Amino acid sequence: MDGIHDLGGMHGFGHIDRDDPPLEAWEAAVIAIQGATRRAGLINIDEFRHGIERMEPGHYLTSPYFEHWLDGIARILAEKNLVDPDELESRIAFFDEHPEATAREAMTAAPAPPRELPRVHLGTSRAPTVAAKFAEGDAIRTRLTHVPGHTRLPRYARGKRGRIHLVHGVHVYPDTNAHLQGEDPTWVYSVRFDPVELWPDDYEDRTVVYLDAFEPYLVAERSGLSGA
Amino acid sequence: MGKNHPNVEPYVVSRVRALESLLIEKGLLSPDAIDAVIERYESDTGPLLGARAVARAWLNDEYRALLLTDPVAAIAELGGQAEELCVKEDTSEVHNLVVCTLCSCYPWSVMGLPPKWYKEPAYRSRAVVEPREVLAEFGCFPSEETEVRVWDSSAELRYMVLPARPEGTEGMSEDELAAIVTRDSMIGVAAVPTPAGV
Repeated sequence: MDGIHDLGGMHGFGHIDRDDPPLEAWEAAVIAIQGATRRAGLINIDEFRHGIERMEPGHYLTSPYFEHWLDGIARILAEKNLVDPDELESRIAFFDEHPEATAREAMTAAPAPPRELPRVHLGTSRAPTVAAKFAEGDAIRTRLTHVPGHTRLPRYARGKRGRIHLVHGVHVYPDTNAHLQGEDPTWVYSVRFDPVELWPDDYEDRTVVYLDAFEPYLVAERSGLSGA
Repeated sequence: MGKNHPNVEPYVVSRVRALESLLIEKGLLSPDAIDAVIERYESDTGPLLGARAVARAWLNDEYRALLLTDPVAAIAELGGQAEELCVKEDTSEVHNLVVCTLCSCYPWSVMGLPPKWYKEPAYRSRAVVEPREVLAEFGCFPSEETEVRVWDSSAELRYMVLPARPEGTEGMSEDELAAIVTRDSMIGVAAVPTPAGV
């Protein structure tokens, strides 16, 4: 989706603030919840990212990073009926009133015994079943798409000519996996783009961008391609 | 969950705690698992494994070749477990820079927690279009002849830079070298500083 998360090449965000405060307890808890929900197979990595992408755009830009994770996880858990949003809201209200309370004190029922959840294999690499369509050095063009769902082809690199730098292997396809439409494993390539192709009016000399692209994002480019 | 969270709205903290307690109540989350992860990331936040790999690569050509061609095996040799990892080597002709424009992909398993700026819009928007400007803000100035290569981590491969070994470090041990390798140098926004007193 052409969401606010797709930041590459946007203007207006100013200088880089290098302040780097230590991890806070609430952030560590979000990391823990993310890891647990993924390992238990409740939320796959692509669903998780797409959950974040659908944040309210203004909120995305003004909230701390780990709130993105929290918001995305809560969205997916609600959509999959794993957590009732009303139940979550009333528990938030409880902690607003009782910030010192323990997790157990907030519960309205005795905790269920931990469910036997499958421990999911988190890797996204898969064995190839078909030959790669492209080889190192091939000229390609990225598709000019405008998909409403999840994709890992950023806006700045759509409809652009590049060259296959490396064939990485076969990976789960995020565009389908994010929507629970299957893993559809597909070849992934490192693609090299000359800056003049990406930023015709405003590029820096002797810079180049490499993007990891899934095969469905690419078509063979038959017109001449200089350089790369 | 502890009480160290000064830089965020109380509502956000309540929301985390509410989700945590609901998931435990439903048996979807073990309270022990949460504590274990919290402890891990509150105590182990450094780029220790990555720094060790860089130091060993500087000292040992065979290890360097392994790190560049089979990073997962190279990290396993150090007792670590890396995700799909790519290591890009800085040379006199090439300077590498890592970013994730779409989210904030980062090689957590070898470099620990990402810095705050890595996850924020300024870095993510600018690194692909004006990498030299970005580097200049970090005080890093690759020569005009050097090709600056930006790696946008848009799939499940994670990127780490093998930075150049600074002058004046001859004779240093692997431990001493690992101690001077910075997280920023493995992201590619800074050179490894020459140690003081050299």
